[in-house]
Amino acid sequence: MTPVAKMVGSRRIITGVRIVNPMGNADLGPEAERALRRDIALRALAILQSDVRPE
Amino acid sequence: MESNKLRVVHYLNQFFGGIGGEDKAGIGPRVIDGPTGPGRALQAAIGNRGEVVATAICGDNFFAENLEEAGNQIVALVRPYDPDILIAGPAFEAGRYGLACGAVCKAVKDKLGIPVVTGMYEDNPGVDLYHKEIIIVRTANSVRGMNEAVDRMVRLALKLAAGESVGKPAEGWYVPRGMIVNEVSERTGAERVVAMLLDKLQGRPFESEVSQPKYGPVPPAPPIKDLSSAVIALVTDGGLVPKGNPDRIESGGATHYGRYSFKGSDRLKAEDLDVNHQGYDSVFIRQDPNRLVPLDVMRDLERERVFAKLHDYFYATTGVATTVENARKMGRGIAAELKAAGVSGVILTST
Repeated sequence: MTPVAKMVGSRRIITGVRIVNPMGNADLGPEAERALRRDIALRALAILQSDVRPE
Repeated sequence: MESNKLRVVHYLNQFFGGIGGEDKAGIGPRVIDGPTGPGRALQAAIGNRGEVVATAICGDNFFAENLEEAGNQIVALVRPYDPDILIAGPAFEAGRYGLACGAVCKAVKDKLGIPVVTGMYEDNPGVDLYHKEIIIVRTANSVRGMNEAVDRMVRLALKLAAGESVGKPAEGWYVPRGMIVNEVSERTGAERVVAMLLDKLQGRPFESEVSQPKYGPVPPAPPIKDLSSAVIALVTDGGLVPKGNPDRIESGGATHYGRYSFKGSDRLKAEDLDVNHQGYDSVFIRQDPNRLVPLDVMRDLERERVFAKLHDYFYATTGVATTVENARKMGRGIAAELKAAGVSGVILTST
């Protein structure tokens, strides 16, 4: 739902995996899925530390 | 024909009411006979169609600090004048005055059942709060716009008093109340939309029949300077709730949110949680709620001291067919609670 986030003015957006599982992927094994989730969380934490400009 | 004249009551703050400036902003409600200050311009614009029989006055600080009580007192003060209509302000850009004008209008409309009109600049917080319930004429941001504001307020007031339609907001220069009004048209929707498109293509003015929601700018929060000392919270609009949905968060068109503790847990467990969301297939989240609210990896990162602490609660609501107004209200509520709890950053997962 990235376009909606952009439309309402969010400036820090990470595109998740899919709408039905933004931070997971059942097709991967448990280990790989957890690594994927960790990667998204780390990217989210990184963007929280970044300077963003207002719209 | 004295009896056919409209009995108009006017509301002013201490400044326009001629009592004093900020030093008098604490005075309580009072009423005087006849018009004063801008009320004289009001009387001139109304002419012989009505008479400003009384002016209610209250200090801006007193009003803003005692909204409900002050509103009720004003109602009690103006009731004996048996008014046909109340006009408040205009308040221009003055925030406390705008709140007072809105609150007086609402109280008088609700309690006395008479039409009310006020006027404000579009950024006045009174507009945000009261535009759905009362007619707020658009004004300039300062007293320089007094004559135009008074003319507009009187024009709408006379229409309301006569029981006439106030017309569309664009025609009446008042703030749209967000109402949808049925109208009979001789042309079908297809004809109207094609005509609108042709107007648009040829650069002619046109007016949409459906107004788009306005989101307004959202100032981004400053970046987290030191992640190692930061408290991070998790929020979701994916409808994740404890089994049984104790707070009855709606499955769509949500009006409220829930706050749920995961203190001491290393991961969210499927057997404790449920998804109540009519907007997506929640089977994957039901299997493993960490796919929505990533508690497991956030605990890992907390242990590794990537950040200082994960907030003990996650917040959840349902983001489907939710009105912008409710979403804004929930967002403000969640943000206020998180700020009060010392949270420095949020990861909001959305479906």
